[in-house]
Amino acid sequence: MDAGLDSQHTGGRQNQLERKCAPMGMTIMEKILARASGRETTSPGDIVVVGVDTVVLYDGNFFPAYWREIKSVANPENVVVVYDHRAPAPDQFCARAHSVGRAFVEQFGIKRFHDIGYDQGIAHVIVAERAYALPGTVLVCSDSHAGSAGALNCAARGTGGPDVIYALTKGTTWYRVCETIRYDLVGQLRYGITPKDLFLHIAGTFGNHANYNVEFGGRALASLSIDERRTLATMGTELNAEFTIFEADGILDRYVRARSDRPYQTYNPDPDAVYAERRQLDLDTIEPLVALPDRVINNSAKISQVAGVPIQQAFIGSCANGNLYDLQIASEVVEGRRVAPGVRFLVTPGSQEVYRDALKAGYIEKLMAAGAVVTNATCGACQGGHMGVVGPNEVCITASTRNFKGRMGDPSASVYMASPATVAASALTGRVTHPGEFLSMERAG
Amino acid sequence: MITGKTWKFPDDINTDLILPAPFMYLPKEQQARHVFEANRPGWVDLVKRGDVIVGGRNFGTGSSRPAPLALNALGVGCLIADSINPLFFRNCVSFGLPALECAGISAAFEEGDVAEIALEKATVRNLRTGETLDGVPIPEALLKLMMGGGIFPLLESEGLIGPGSDSKSA
Repeated sequence: MDAGLDSQHTGGRQNQLERKCAPMGMTIMEKILARASGRETTSPGDIVVVGVDTVVLYDGNFFPAYWREIKSVANPENVVVVYDHRAPAPDQFCARAHSVGRAFVEQFGIKRFHDIGYDQGIAHVIVAERAYALPGTVLVCSDSHAGSAGALNCAARGTGGPDVIYALTKGTTWYRVCETIRYDLVGQLRYGITPKDLFLHIAGTFGNHANYNVEFGGRALASLSIDERRTLATMGTELNAEFTIFEADGILDRYVRARSDRPYQTYNPDPDAVYAERRQLDLDTIEPLVALPDRVINNSAKISQVAGVPIQQAFIGSCANGNLYDLQIASEVVEGRRVAPGVRFLVTPGSQEVYRDALKAGYIEKLMAAGAVVTNATCGACQGGHMGVVGPNEVCITASTRNFKGRMGDPSASVYMASPATVAASALTGRVTHPGEFLSMERAG
Repeated sequence: MITGKTWKFPDDINTDLILPAPFMYLPKEQQARHVFEANRPGWVDLVKRGDVIVGGRNFGTGSSRPAPLALNALGVGCLIADSINPLFFRNCVSFGLPALECAGISAAFEEGDVAEIALEKATVRNLRTGETLDGVPIPEALLKLMMGGGIFPLLESEGLIGPGSDSKSA
C-alpha cells in the first residue's frame, strides 16, 4: 500500500542481529506470524504484513463512525458477520446499523452470517463454536476481546474498525512482532475455582503486560477445556497484552475436528524459544478473588476483604463468562435457593447454542427458579449498552470482561468483577460472598 | 512540527472514559460532546483546536472503539503519553490521530505548558522549561499512515471504499 505496508519492514530491537547470526527457537506467535507473512522466521521488533485467513465483522462495525461503502471484498468466503453488541436492536440507530450489515452480506454473498436467530451469539463465542478460528491461522476482528480465539491456537487480537475494513478489502493486515511472556500451568484448580479466579490472580500479581504477547501452556493445560481456555484468552486483553495464545494439544484437535473439516496446522513453541519472562502458575493455590471497582490490573482482592459489600445487580455473561461451564457452576450455586430481595440477577449466555445446551442440561431451569433473568445471547450488560445497565451509585458484581468506571452504566456505579460462582453466591445473599458458602470446594475440579 | 497547549491526564485513562459506551455509535461530533465526562466533566468546552493531551502510563487501555476519532473531532492536535496502550496506538494510526509515546512526559509538563512536537524525530520540547524529551520513534510507514488521516483516506484513494458519512476526510 502507499504507506509502505505492502513490503515487509524490519524493526529495530537490538537482539535481532544476534538472532540472525545464531538462529534461535521461536514462540508460537513468532511461528504463526512467520508462516502468515511468508518468512522463515520473525523476531521481536519486526513489523510484518500478514495474509488474513478470517475477517470477523460485528454489528458495531456497521455504525457511521466505522463503516464505509465497500466496493470490493478480497475473500468473501473468509468473512464472518455476527450481531452481538446491540442485539436484537434496542433502538432505531442500532436497527439502521443492522440493516446496513444485512445489505453488505447480501451484496457480497457472505455465507457465514449470524443474524438474530438460531445461529446468533457473541462473535468470539461463535468463532470458537464453529471453529472459524482455525489453529495456526490469522483472524482479524476489531473488538478488543478478539484474542479469545488464541485459546484455539489462532492468532487474533483486538484491532480497530479501520483495520477490519483494510483486511476486508485487501486481505492483509500488519502486526508488530512482540516479545512473549510465557505462563506454565501446573496443578489443578479446586472445584468452584474458575479460570476467572486464575486470571484475577495473574492480573493482581503481575499487572500490566503491555507490548508483550502472552503464551499459555504446561502440564496442567490438559485440565482446562477449550471454553475455560477461552476465558483466559479473552481476558488477555485486560492485561493489555498483544496476542494471547495457547499451546495446541489433543483436546484442541478433538474440539476443532468436531466442528470443521477444513485443513489446519497447529503451532507449538520450540524448546529453545526466547521469552521475555517465564512464570509458573500453580493452579492448586488459586482461590476465589475479586477485582475492586474501576480497574482490572493490580486491583485484585481476596473475597474476605470485601465480603459483605451490598449489591443491587449480579451479572454473568460476555465473551469471557457466558460459556456453558459458567452457567453450570452458577446453576449449582443457586440450585434450590432464591436470589436476595432487591438484587437483579442477570444471566446472558454467550450464544444461542450455549443457551440451548444449558436448557437441555437443566441449568436454565435452576437459574430461573432461583429468580435469575436469563437473556438472549448478546454483549448486553457487560458493555453497558442494554439489557441491564446499572444506575447511579449502584453496586454490581459481574462475571464479564471489565469493571472500568462507567463501563456498565452510570460512572458513579461500583463494579466488582469475579467468577460466575462468586457472582451467583453474591446474588443469593445480596452482598459480596465467597462461593464456598454454597459450594463444597474441597474436591478436585 | 505540532505546537499546542497541554492538558494533563493521569495513568490508565481507558476508552470508556474517552468515549463512553452509550455514545460510541453516535456520529463523531455527538460522540465528542461526551469525552471524559466521567472523569473530567466540562473539559470538552475548554479544549481548543490544536491543544495537546499529555497522558500518563497506559493511555487508552480497554475497548477498541473510535475514540481517536472523537479526539480528532474535538480538535486535539496530538496525544503524548508516558506510554500508550498498544491497541489504542494502533487506532491512532488507523484513525489518523497524531500520537507519541514519550517516557517522562508527565513529569516534564505542568498543565498549560506549551509542547512543541516533532513526530518524525520523536521529540517533544517544553517551551516553558526548554527541556527536550525523546519519545519512541514511529516506523516511517505507520507515521505516514497516521499523518495521512489513517486507513480510510488510503483505501478511498485506491477505490476500495466510498466516502463515509462520518469520516475524518468527509
